Amino acid sequence: MLDDFLTRAALAGAGLTLATGPLGSFVVWRRMAYFGDATAHAAILGVALSFGFGISVYAGTLAVALGMALTVAQLSGRGHAMDTVLGVLAHSALAFGLIAASLISGLRVDLSAWLFGDILAVSRADLGIVWGGALLVLAALVWRWQGLLAATVNEELAQASGLNPRTERLVLVLALALTVAVSIKIVGALLIAALLIVPAATARQFARTPETMALGATATGAVSVVLGLWASMRFDTPAGPSIVAMAAALFTASLIFPRRA
Amino acid sequence: MTQPSEALISATNLSVTHGGAPVLSGVDFTIAPGEIVTVVGPNGSGKSTLIRALIGLEPAATGQVTRQPGLVIGYVPQKLHLDASLPMTVGRFLSLPKRVRDADAAAALVRTGVPGLEGRQITRLSGGQFQRVLLARALLARPQILILDEPTQGLDQPGTAAFYKLIEEVRHETGAAVLMVSHDLHVVMSASDRVICLNGHVCCAGTPRVVSNAPEYRALFGMGTGGAFALYQHVHDHDHDHDEGHGHDPAHPHHAHPQAHGHDHSHTHDCEHDHAG
Repeated sequence: MLDDFLTRAALAGAGLTLATGPLGSFVVWRRMAYFGDATAHAAILGVALSFGFGISVYAGTLAVALGMALTVAQLSGRGHAMDTVLGVLAHSALAFGLIAASLISGLRVDLSAWLFGDILAVSRADLGIVWGGALLVLAALVWRWQGLLAATVNEELAQASGLNPRTERLVLVLALALTVAVSIKIVGALLIAALLIVPAATARQFARTPETMALGATATGAVSVVLGLWASMRFDTPAGPSIVAMAAALFTASLIFPRRA
Repeated sequence: MTQPSEALISATNLSVTHGGAPVLSGVDFTIAPGEIVTVVGPNGSGKSTLIRALIGLEPAATGQVTRQPGLVIGYVPQKLHLDASLPMTVGRFLSLPKRVRDADAAAALVRTGVPGLEGRQITRLSGGQFQRVLLARALLARPQILILDEPTQGLDQPGTAAFYKLIEEVRHETGAAVLMVSHDLHVVMSASDRVICLNGHVCCAGTPRVVSNAPEYRALFGMGTGGAFALYQHVHDHDHDHDEGHGHDPAHPHHAHPQAHGHDHSHTHDCEHDHAG
Protein backbone atom coordinates (compact mmCIF):
# COMPACT_ATOMS: atom_id res chain seq x y z
CA MET A 1 0.00 0.00 0.00
CA LEU A 2 2.86 2.33 0.86
CA ASP A 3 4.22 1.74 -2.62
CA ASP A 4 1.64 4.12 -3.99
CA PHE A 5 3.05 7.66 -3.95
CA LEU A 6 -0.43 9.10 -3.52
CA THR A 7 -1.06 6.99 -0.43
CA ARG A 8 2.26 8.05 1.04
CA ALA A 9 1.41 11.68 0.32
CA ALA A 10 -1.99 11.43 2.00
CA LEU A 11 -0.51 9.65 5.02
CA ALA A 12 2.28 12.21 5.35
CA GLY A 13 -0.16 15.10 5.16
CA ALA A 14 -2.61 13.52 7.58
CA GLY A 15 0.20 12.73 10.03
CA LEU A 16 1.39 16.29 9.91
CA THR A 17 -2.06 17.59 10.84
CA LEU A 18 -1.87 15.68 14.14
CA ALA A 19 0.69 18.29 15.13
CA THR A 20 -0.52 21.31 13.20
CA GLY A 21 -4.09 21.08 14.56
CA PRO A 22 -3.37 21.66 18.24
CA LEU A 23 -0.16 23.63 17.62
CA GLY A 24 -1.89 25.86 15.07
CA SER A 25 -4.63 26.50 17.61
CA PHE A 26 -2.04 27.81 20.06
CA VAL A 27 -0.52 29.92 17.28
CA VAL A 28 -3.96 31.47 16.71
CA TRP A 29 -4.80 31.92 20.41
CA ARG A 30 -1.46 33.51 21.18
CA ARG A 31 -1.38 35.59 18.01
CA MET A 32 1.88 33.98 16.97
CA ALA A 33 0.98 33.76 13.28
CA TYR A 34 3.98 35.80 12.25
CA PHE A 35 6.16 33.65 14.46
CA GLY A 36 5.30 30.64 12.32
CA ASP A 37 6.30 32.61 9.23
CA ALA A 38 9.63 33.61 10.74
CA THR A 39 10.53 30.07 11.73
CA ALA A 40 9.47 28.76 8.35
CA HIS A 41 11.45 31.34 6.39
CA ALA A 42 14.48 30.54 8.47
CA ALA A 43 14.05 26.95 7.35
CA ILE A 44 15.12 27.93 3.82
CA LEU A 45 18.44 29.02 5.24
CA GLY A 46 18.54 25.63 6.93
CA VAL A 47 17.97 23.86 3.62
CA ALA A 48 20.78 25.79 1.94
CA LEU A 49 23.18 25.14 4.80
CA SER A 50 22.27 21.45 4.83
CA PHE A 51 23.32 21.15 1.21
CA GLY A 52 26.39 23.28 1.82
CA PHE A 53 27.60 21.08 4.65
CA GLY A 54 26.22 17.87 3.23
CA ILE A 55 24.02 17.03 6.20
CA SER A 56 20.41 15.87 6.37
CA VAL A 57 17.93 18.53 5.32
CA TYR A 58 15.76 17.69 8.33
CA ALA A 59 18.67 18.19 10.72
CA GLY A 60 19.79 21.44 9.09
CA THR A 61 16.29 22.84 8.98
CA LEU A 62 15.59 21.85 12.56
CA ALA A 63 18.82 23.47 13.76
CA VAL A 64 18.15 26.79 12.05
CA ALA A 65 14.44 26.82 12.96
CA LEU A 66 15.37 26.13 16.60
CA GLY A 67 17.97 28.88 16.55
CA MET A 68 15.43 31.28 15.09
CA ALA A 69 12.74 30.33 17.57
CA LEU A 70 15.03 30.75 20.57
CA THR A 71 16.41 34.06 19.25
CA VAL A 72 12.92 35.45 18.80
CA ALA A 73 11.86 34.25 22.24
CA GLN A 74 14.94 35.95 23.74
CA LEU A 75 14.70 39.25 21.85
CA SER A 76 10.99 39.72 22.38
CA GLY A 77 11.60 39.73 26.12
CA ARG A 78 13.97 42.69 25.81
CA GLY A 79 11.72 45.54 24.87
CA HIS A 80 11.77 45.17 21.09
CA ALA A 81 8.32 45.08 19.51
CA MET A 82 7.55 41.49 18.59
CA ASP A 83 6.44 42.17 15.02
CA THR A 84 9.59 44.21 14.32
CA VAL A 85 11.87 41.50 15.65
CA LEU A 86 10.06 38.88 13.61
CA GLY A 87 10.04 41.04 10.49
CA VAL A 88 13.78 41.64 10.70
CA LEU A 89 14.68 38.03 11.42
CA ALA A 90 12.20 36.33 9.11
CA HIS A 91 13.06 38.26 5.99
CA SER A 92 16.79 38.38 6.69
CA ALA A 93 16.81 34.63 7.13
CA LEU A 94 14.88 34.16 3.90
CA ALA A 95 17.23 36.52 2.01
CA PHE A 96 20.39 34.88 3.37
CA GLY A 97 18.87 31.49 2.69
CA LEU A 98 18.18 32.36 -0.94
CA ILE A 99 21.69 33.78 -1.38
CA ALA A 100 23.27 30.74 0.21
CA ALA A 101 21.16 28.51 -2.01
CA SER A 102 22.28 30.37 -5.13
CA LEU A 103 25.92 29.79 -4.23
CA ILE A 104 25.48 26.05 -4.07
CA SER A 105 25.54 24.57 -7.54
CA GLY A 106 22.73 22.19 -8.34
CA LEU A 107 20.38 23.48 -5.65
CA ARG A 108 18.98 26.34 -7.71
CA VAL A 109 16.68 24.10 -9.72
CA ASP A 110 15.31 22.41 -6.65
CA LEU A 111 14.64 25.50 -4.61
CA SER A 112 10.96 25.75 -5.44
CA ALA A 113 10.53 22.26 -3.99
CA TRP A 114 11.67 23.59 -0.62
CA LEU A 115 9.64 26.76 -0.84
CA PHE A 116 6.44 25.00 -1.82
CA GLY A 117 7.11 21.42 -0.80
CA ASP A 118 6.79 18.27 -2.84
CA ILE A 119 4.43 16.00 -1.02
CA LEU A 120 4.15 13.63 -3.98
CA ALA A 121 7.86 12.81 -3.67
CA VAL A 122 7.60 11.71 -0.04
CA SER A 123 9.57 8.51 0.58
CA ARG A 124 9.00 5.85 3.21
CA ALA A 125 11.81 7.37 5.26
CA ASP A 126 10.21 10.81 4.99
CA LEU A 127 6.93 9.30 6.10
CA GLY A 128 8.61 7.92 9.21
CA ILE A 129 10.19 11.28 10.00
CA VAL A 130 6.94 13.21 9.53
CA TRP A 131 4.95 10.84 11.73
CA GLY A 132 7.72 10.64 14.31
CA GLY A 133 8.03 14.41 14.52
CA ALA A 134 4.28 15.01 14.53
CA LEU A 135 3.65 12.43 17.25
CA LEU A 136 6.49 13.90 19.31
CA VAL A 137 4.95 17.38 19.04
CA LEU A 138 1.49 16.01 19.82
CA ALA A 139 2.79 14.12 22.84
CA ALA A 140 4.53 17.24 24.17
CA LEU A 141 1.37 19.32 23.74
CA VAL A 142 -0.85 16.71 25.40
CA TRP A 143 1.64 16.30 28.25
CA ARG A 144 1.78 20.06 28.96
CA TRP A 145 -1.81 20.78 27.88
CA GLN A 146 -3.21 22.19 31.12
CA GLY A 147 -0.19 24.40 31.76
CA LEU A 148 0.02 25.58 28.15
CA LEU A 149 -3.64 26.46 28.16
CA ALA A 150 -3.51 28.23 31.52
CA ALA A 151 -0.52 30.28 30.39
CA THR A 152 -2.31 31.09 27.14
CA VAL A 153 -5.41 32.35 28.93
CA ASN A 154 -3.32 34.62 31.13
CA GLU A 155 0.36 34.36 32.00
CA GLU A 156 0.04 36.16 35.33
CA LEU A 157 -2.87 34.04 36.47
CA ALA A 158 -0.83 30.97 35.57
CA GLN A 159 2.18 32.29 37.44
CA ALA A 160 0.13 33.05 40.54
CA SER A 161 -0.99 29.39 40.41
CA GLY A 162 2.63 28.32 40.55
CA LEU A 163 3.29 27.70 36.84
CA ASN A 164 6.21 29.15 34.93
CA PRO A 165 4.89 30.80 31.73
CA ARG A 166 8.40 30.94 30.26
CA THR A 167 8.59 27.15 30.30
CA GLU A 168 5.26 26.86 28.52
CA ARG A 169 6.34 29.41 25.91
CA LEU A 170 9.54 27.47 25.36
CA VAL A 171 7.59 24.24 24.82
CA LEU A 172 5.51 25.92 22.12
CA VAL A 173 8.49 27.49 20.40
CA LEU A 174 10.36 24.18 20.30
CA ALA A 175 7.26 22.37 19.04
CA LEU A 176 6.90 24.96 16.31
CA ALA A 177 10.50 24.55 15.18
CA LEU A 178 10.15 20.77 15.07
CA THR A 179 6.90 20.97 13.13
CA VAL A 180 8.39 23.32 10.56
CA ALA A 181 11.41 21.06 10.16
CA VAL A 182 9.41 17.89 9.47
CA SER A 183 6.86 19.61 7.25
CA ILE A 184 9.17 21.48 4.91
CA LYS A 185 9.21 18.60 2.41
CA ILE A 186 5.43 18.37 2.40
CA VAL A 187 4.08 21.89 2.11
CA GLY A 188 7.30 23.88 2.00
CA ALA A 189 8.56 26.85 3.93
CA LEU A 190 6.14 29.36 2.48
CA LEU A 191 2.99 27.40 3.15
CA ILE A 192 3.54 25.69 6.50
CA ALA A 193 2.28 28.76 8.35
CA ALA A 194 -0.93 28.51 6.35
CA LEU A 195 -1.39 24.89 7.34
CA LEU A 196 -0.99 25.93 10.98
CA ILE A 197 -3.40 28.85 10.91
CA VAL A 198 -6.11 28.25 8.32
CA PRO A 199 -7.57 24.97 9.67
CA ALA A 200 -7.47 26.37 13.22
CA ALA A 201 -9.34 29.47 12.09
CA THR A 202 -11.94 27.25 10.43
CA ALA A 203 -12.34 25.12 13.55
CA ARG A 204 -12.80 28.26 15.66
CA GLN A 205 -16.13 28.84 13.95
CA PHE A 206 -17.61 25.67 15.44
CA ALA A 207 -15.71 25.17 18.69
CA ARG A 208 -16.93 25.92 22.21
CA THR A 209 -13.84 24.73 24.07
CA PRO A 210 -10.11 24.78 23.33
CA GLU A 211 -10.07 21.00 22.97
CA THR A 212 -12.80 20.87 20.36
CA MET A 213 -11.03 23.59 18.41
CA ALA A 214 -7.74 21.65 18.41
CA LEU A 215 -9.47 18.44 17.31
CA GLY A 216 -11.47 20.33 14.70
CA ALA A 217 -8.29 21.91 13.35
CA THR A 218 -6.70 18.49 12.90
CA ALA A 219 -9.83 17.15 11.19
CA THR A 220 -10.11 20.17 8.91
CA GLY A 221 -6.42 19.94 8.10
CA ALA A 222 -6.67 16.26 7.22
CA VAL A 223 -9.69 16.88 4.99
CA SER A 224 -7.77 19.70 3.27
CA VAL A 225 -4.87 17.33 2.58
CA VAL A 226 -7.12 14.72 0.99
CA LEU A 227 -9.11 17.26 -1.05
CA GLY A 228 -5.95 19.07 -2.07
CA LEU A 229 -4.29 15.88 -3.29
CA TRP A 230 -7.42 14.98 -5.21
CA ALA A 231 -7.53 18.43 -6.82
CA SER A 232 -3.85 18.19 -7.62
CA MET A 233 -4.42 14.93 -9.51
CA ARG A 234 -7.64 16.05 -11.14
CA PHE A 235 -6.47 19.46 -12.35
CA ASP A 236 -2.74 18.77 -12.52
CA THR A 237 -1.94 21.54 -10.05
CA PRO A 238 1.00 21.62 -7.61
CA ALA A 239 0.09 19.54 -4.55
CA GLY A 240 1.26 21.75 -1.62
CA PRO A 241 -0.51 24.91 -2.83
CA SER A 242 -3.61 22.85 -3.68
CA ILE A 243 -3.81 21.61 -0.07
CA VAL A 244 -3.59 25.15 1.28
CA ALA A 245 -6.11 26.35 -1.30
CA MET A 246 -8.55 23.68 -0.11
CA ALA A 247 -7.98 24.72 3.51
CA ALA A 248 -8.76 28.30 2.48
CA ALA A 249 -11.90 27.16 0.66
CA LEU A 250 -13.08 25.28 3.79
CA PHE A 251 -12.43 28.40 5.88
CA THR A 252 -14.44 30.54 3.49
CA ALA A 253 -17.29 28.02 3.58
CA SER A 254 -17.23 28.04 7.40
CA LEU A 255 -17.91 31.77 7.41
CA ILE A 256 -21.43 31.06 6.13
CA PHE A 257 -22.29 29.62 9.53
CA PRO A 258 -22.62 31.88 12.56
CA ARG A 259 -19.87 31.46 15.13
CA ARG A 260 -21.05 29.06 17.82
CA ALA A 261 -19.31 30.89 20.62
CA MET B 1 5.54 41.90 61.93
CA THR B 2 3.96 39.95 64.75
CA GLN B 3 5.42 36.54 64.05
CA PRO B 4 7.26 36.61 60.73
CA SER B 5 7.66 32.83 60.74
CA GLU B 6 3.89 32.40 60.72
CA ALA B 7 3.25 34.97 57.99
CA LEU B 8 1.87 33.69 54.69
CA ILE B 9 3.64 36.44 52.80
CA SER B 10 6.02 39.01 54.19
CA ALA B 11 8.13 41.73 52.65
CA THR B 12 10.96 43.67 54.20
CA ASN B 13 12.22 46.97 52.83
CA LEU B 14 10.65 46.15 49.47
CA SER B 15 11.32 48.54 46.59
CA VAL B 16 10.09 48.15 43.02
CA THR B 17 11.10 50.27 40.05
CA HIS B 18 9.52 50.59 36.62
CA GLY B 19 12.11 51.56 34.03
CA GLY B 20 14.34 53.05 36.72
CA ALA B 21 11.56 55.12 38.30
CA PRO B 22 10.73 54.08 41.84
CA VAL B 23 7.15 52.92 42.27
CA LEU B 24 7.46 51.48 45.74
CA SER B 25 10.17 52.11 48.28
CA GLY B 26 10.95 50.68 51.67
CA VAL B 27 7.71 48.78 52.16
CA ASP B 28 7.43 46.37 55.09
CA PHE B 29 4.48 44.06 54.88
CA THR B 30 3.16 40.93 56.46
CA ILE B 31 -0.08 39.01 56.35
CA ALA B 32 -1.02 36.24 58.77
CA PRO B 33 -3.34 33.28 58.16
CA GLY B 34 -7.01 34.26 58.22
CA GLU B 35 -6.34 37.98 58.21
CA ILE B 36 -8.13 40.47 55.94
CA VAL B 37 -5.80 43.24 54.86
CA THR B 38 -6.85 46.02 52.52
CA VAL B 39 -4.46 48.27 50.64
CA VAL B 40 -5.82 51.72 49.87
CA GLY B 41 -4.16 54.67 48.19
CA PRO B 42 -4.60 57.19 45.40
CA ASN B 43 -4.07 56.33 41.72
CA GLY B 44 -0.44 55.61 40.94
CA SER B 45 0.41 54.95 44.57
CA GLY B 46 1.74 51.49 43.77
CA LYS B 47 -1.14 49.39 45.14
CA SER B 48 -1.23 46.94 42.27
CA THR B 49 2.54 46.90 42.08
CA LEU B 50 2.71 45.92 45.74
CA ILE B 51 0.45 42.92 45.43
CA ARG B 52 2.03 41.89 42.14
CA ALA B 53 5.42 41.98 43.81
CA LEU B 54 4.06 39.97 46.75
CA ILE B 55 2.78 37.29 44.35
CA GLY B 56 6.10 37.30 42.50
CA LEU B 57 4.85 38.81 39.25
CA GLU B 58 7.24 41.74 39.58
CA PRO B 59 10.85 41.55 40.72
CA ALA B 60 11.97 43.45 43.79
CA ALA B 61 14.61 46.10 43.09
CA THR B 62 15.72 45.94 46.71
CA GLY B 63 14.46 44.20 49.78
CA GLN B 64 12.93 40.80 50.02
CA VAL B 65 9.59 39.06 49.59
CA THR B 66 9.08 35.78 51.40
CA ARG B 67 6.19 33.48 50.66
CA GLN B 68 5.47 30.44 52.80
CA PRO B 69 6.83 27.41 50.93
CA GLY B 70 4.06 25.82 48.84
CA LEU B 71 1.70 28.69 49.54
CA VAL B 72 -1.53 28.31 47.56
CA ILE B 73 -2.63 31.70 46.24
CA GLY B 74 -6.05 32.46 44.79
CA TYR B 75 -5.46 35.49 42.61
CA VAL B 76 -8.22 37.64 41.13
CA PRO B 77 -6.56 40.19 38.86
CA GLN B 78 -7.80 43.68 38.17
CA LYS B 79 -8.50 42.99 34.53
CA LEU B 80 -8.41 39.87 32.48
CA HIS B 81 -8.75 40.03 28.75
CA LEU B 82 -9.63 36.81 27.00
CA ASP B 83 -8.79 36.71 23.33
CA ALA B 84 -11.87 36.12 21.19
CA SER B 85 -9.93 33.55 19.18
CA LEU B 86 -9.94 31.24 22.20
CA PRO B 87 -13.25 29.46 22.73
CA MET B 88 -13.68 28.94 26.46
CA THR B 89 -16.67 27.96 28.52
CA VAL B 90 -16.93 28.93 32.17
CA GLY B 91 -16.75 25.25 33.11
CA ARG B 92 -13.51 24.73 31.19
CA PHE B 93 -12.02 27.92 32.60
CA LEU B 94 -12.65 26.74 36.16
CA SER B 95 -10.57 23.64 35.41
CA LEU B 96 -7.41 25.68 34.75
CA PRO B 97 -4.70 25.08 35.64
CA LYS B 98 -5.86 22.11 37.71
CA ARG B 99 -8.77 19.96 36.62
CA VAL B 100 -11.69 20.06 39.04
CA ARG B 101 -14.74 17.82 39.26
CA ASP B 102 -17.91 19.16 37.67
CA ALA B 103 -19.70 19.02 41.02
CA ASP B 104 -16.99 21.13 42.66
CA ALA B 105 -17.10 23.67 39.84
CA ALA B 106 -20.89 23.89 40.11
CA ALA B 107 -20.68 24.34 43.88
CA ALA B 108 -18.10 27.12 43.51
CA LEU B 109 -20.36 28.96 41.07
CA VAL B 110 -23.28 28.62 43.47
CA ARG B 111 -21.10 29.91 46.29
CA THR B 112 -20.07 33.01 44.36
CA GLY B 113 -23.63 33.72 43.30
CA VAL B 114 -23.52 32.78 39.63
CA PRO B 115 -25.00 29.26 39.53
CA GLY B 116 -25.44 27.36 36.30
CA LEU B 117 -23.03 29.39 34.15
CA GLU B 118 -20.82 26.38 33.27
CA GLY B 119 -21.84 26.22 29.63
CA ARG B 120 -21.57 29.93 28.92
CA GLN B 121 -18.70 31.41 26.95
CA ILE B 122 -16.42 33.56 29.12
CA THR B 123 -16.47 36.36 26.56
CA ARG B 124 -20.27 36.58 26.83
CA LEU B 125 -20.32 37.27 30.57
CA SER B 126 -21.10 40.62 32.11
CA GLY B 127 -18.40 42.33 34.18
CA GLY B 128 -19.99 41.31 37.45
CA GLN B 129 -20.49 37.72 36.38
CA PHE B 130 -16.89 37.47 35.22
CA GLN B 131 -15.58 38.82 38.53
CA ARG B 132 -17.55 36.13 40.35
CA VAL B 133 -16.32 33.44 37.98
CA LEU B 134 -12.75 34.61 38.62
CA LEU B 135 -13.41 34.38 42.34
CA ALA B 136 -14.93 30.90 41.94
CA ARG B 137 -11.83 29.79 40.06
CA ALA B 138 -9.58 31.22 42.76
CA LEU B 139 -11.60 29.44 45.47
CA LEU B 140 -11.44 26.07 43.70
CA ALA B 141 -7.69 26.02 44.31
CA ARG B 142 -8.51 25.99 48.06
CA PRO B 143 -6.19 28.93 48.62
CA GLN B 144 -4.53 29.82 51.89
CA ILE B 145 -4.71 33.41 50.75
CA LEU B 146 -7.02 35.20 48.36
CA ILE B 147 -5.47 38.17 46.60
CA LEU B 148 -7.85 40.54 44.88
CA ASP B 149 -6.79 43.58 42.86
CA GLU B 150 -9.67 46.05 42.75
CA PRO B 151 -12.14 43.22 42.32
CA THR B 152 -15.21 45.44 42.12
CA GLN B 153 -14.17 47.65 39.25
CA GLY B 154 -17.16 48.12 37.04
CA LEU B 155 -19.67 46.99 39.65
CA ASP B 156 -22.35 49.34 40.92
CA GLN B 157 -22.69 50.24 44.59
CA PRO B 158 -25.00 47.38 45.65
CA GLY B 159 -22.93 44.95 43.58
CA THR B 160 -19.77 46.15 45.27
CA ALA B 161 -21.24 45.81 48.75
CA ALA B 162 -22.50 42.31 47.92
CA PHE B 163 -19.11 41.31 46.57
CA TYR B 164 -17.28 42.34 49.74
CA LYS B 165 -19.88 40.62 51.87
CA LEU B 166 -19.20 37.49 49.87
CA ILE B 167 -15.46 37.85 50.47
CA GLU B 168 -16.01 38.13 54.19
CA GLU B 169 -18.26 35.08 54.22
CA VAL B 170 -15.67 33.12 52.28
CA ARG B 171 -13.06 34.04 54.83
CA HIS B 172 -15.30 32.75 57.61
CA GLU B 173 -16.00 29.51 55.80
CA THR B 174 -12.52 28.68 54.56
CA GLY B 175 -10.26 30.55 56.95
CA ALA B 176 -8.30 31.90 53.99
CA ALA B 177 -6.46 35.15 54.46
CA VAL B 178 -7.57 37.96 52.17
CA LEU B 179 -5.38 40.67 50.70
CA MET B 180 -7.13 43.19 48.53
CA VAL B 181 -6.54 46.46 46.80
CA SER B 182 -9.46 48.78 46.64
CA HIS B 183 -10.79 52.14 45.66
CA ASP B 184 -14.00 51.52 47.56
CA LEU B 185 -12.58 52.86 50.78
CA HIS B 186 -15.75 53.06 52.77
CA VAL B 187 -17.20 49.67 52.07
CA VAL B 188 -13.94 47.81 52.16
CA MET B 189 -12.65 49.16 55.40
CA SER B 190 -15.52 47.78 57.40
CA ALA B 191 -14.58 44.24 56.52
CA SER B 192 -10.84 44.63 57.07
CA ASP B 193 -8.79 43.64 60.07
CA ARG B 194 -6.04 45.92 58.91
CA VAL B 195 -5.80 48.72 56.36
CA ILE B 196 -2.58 49.81 54.72
CA CYS B 197 -2.56 53.27 53.24
CA LEU B 198 -0.06 53.41 50.43
CA ASN B 199 1.50 56.26 48.50
CA GLY B 200 4.74 54.87 47.09
CA HIS B 201 5.49 53.79 50.64
CA VAL B 202 3.38 52.88 53.65
CA CYS B 203 1.82 56.10 54.92
CA CYS B 204 -0.07 54.56 57.75
CA ALA B 205 -1.44 51.20 58.72
CA GLY B 206 -3.65 49.72 61.36
CA THR B 207 -7.29 48.97 62.08
CA PRO B 208 -9.79 50.75 59.84
CA ARG B 209 -10.63 53.10 62.72
CA VAL B 210 -7.00 54.05 63.33
CA VAL B 211 -6.27 54.59 59.66
CA SER B 212 -9.36 56.63 58.91
CA ASN B 213 -8.46 58.93 61.79
CA ALA B 214 -4.80 59.20 60.85
CA PRO B 215 -3.70 62.61 59.59
CA GLU B 216 -1.75 60.90 56.76
CA TYR B 217 -4.88 59.22 55.52
CA ARG B 218 -6.87 62.43 55.77
CA ALA B 219 -4.15 64.31 53.92
CA LEU B 220 -4.32 61.81 51.07
CA PHE B 221 -8.06 61.46 50.82
CA GLY B 222 -9.03 64.95 51.91
CA MET B 223 -12.54 66.16 52.52
CA GLY B 224 -14.35 62.89 51.97
CA THR B 225 -12.83 61.29 55.03
CA GLY B 226 -15.32 62.49 57.56
CA GLY B 227 -18.20 61.15 55.55
CA ALA B 228 -16.30 57.97 54.84
CA PHE B 229 -15.81 57.38 58.50
CA ALA B 230 -19.50 57.82 59.16
CA LEU B 231 -20.30 55.36 56.42
CA TYR B 232 -17.70 53.00 57.76
CA GLN B 233 -19.38 53.07 61.16
CA HIS B 234 -22.73 52.42 59.61
CA VAL B 235 -21.65 49.44 57.53
CA HIS B 236 -19.71 48.09 60.45
CA ASP B 237 -22.84 48.08 62.62
CA HIS B 238 -24.79 46.40 59.90
CA ASP B 239 -22.22 43.65 59.67
CA HIS B 240 -22.49 42.95 63.34
CA ASP B 241 -26.23 42.53 63.07
CA HIS B 242 -25.80 40.03 60.34
CA ASP B 243 -22.88 38.05 61.63
CA GLU B 244 -24.15 37.99 65.18
CA GLY B 245 -20.69 38.38 66.55
CA HIS B 246 -18.30 35.77 65.27
CA GLY B 247 -15.83 37.13 67.70
CA HIS B 248 -12.98 37.59 65.25
CA ASP B 249 -12.95 41.35 65.49
CA PRO B 250 -11.60 41.75 68.99
CA ALA B 251 -8.72 39.38 68.30
CA HIS B 252 -7.11 41.28 65.49
CA PRO B 253 -6.79 44.87 66.60
CA HIS B 254 -4.33 43.75 69.26
CA HIS B 255 -1.58 42.92 66.89
CA ALA B 256 -2.65 45.51 64.39
CA HIS B 257 -2.34 48.43 66.76
CA PRO B 258 1.36 48.41 67.54
CA GLN B 259 2.12 48.36 63.85
CA ALA B 260 -0.13 51.32 63.25
CA HIS B 261 1.68 53.30 65.88
CA GLY B 262 5.06 52.39 64.49
CA HIS B 263 4.13 53.69 61.09
CA ASP B 264 2.44 56.75 62.47
CA HIS B 265 5.69 57.87 63.94
CA SER B 266 8.14 56.92 61.26
CA HIS B 267 6.31 58.02 58.15
CA THR B 268 4.37 61.12 59.02
CA HIS B 269 6.74 63.47 57.26
CA ASP B 270 6.99 61.35 54.15
CA CYS B 271 3.29 61.49 53.53
CA GLU B 272 2.75 65.15 53.94
CA HIS B 273 5.72 66.25 51.92
CA ASP B 274 5.41 63.70 49.18
CA HIS B 275 8.72 61.98 49.63
CA ALA B 276 11.02 64.49 47.95
CA GLY B 277 13.99 62.33 48.81
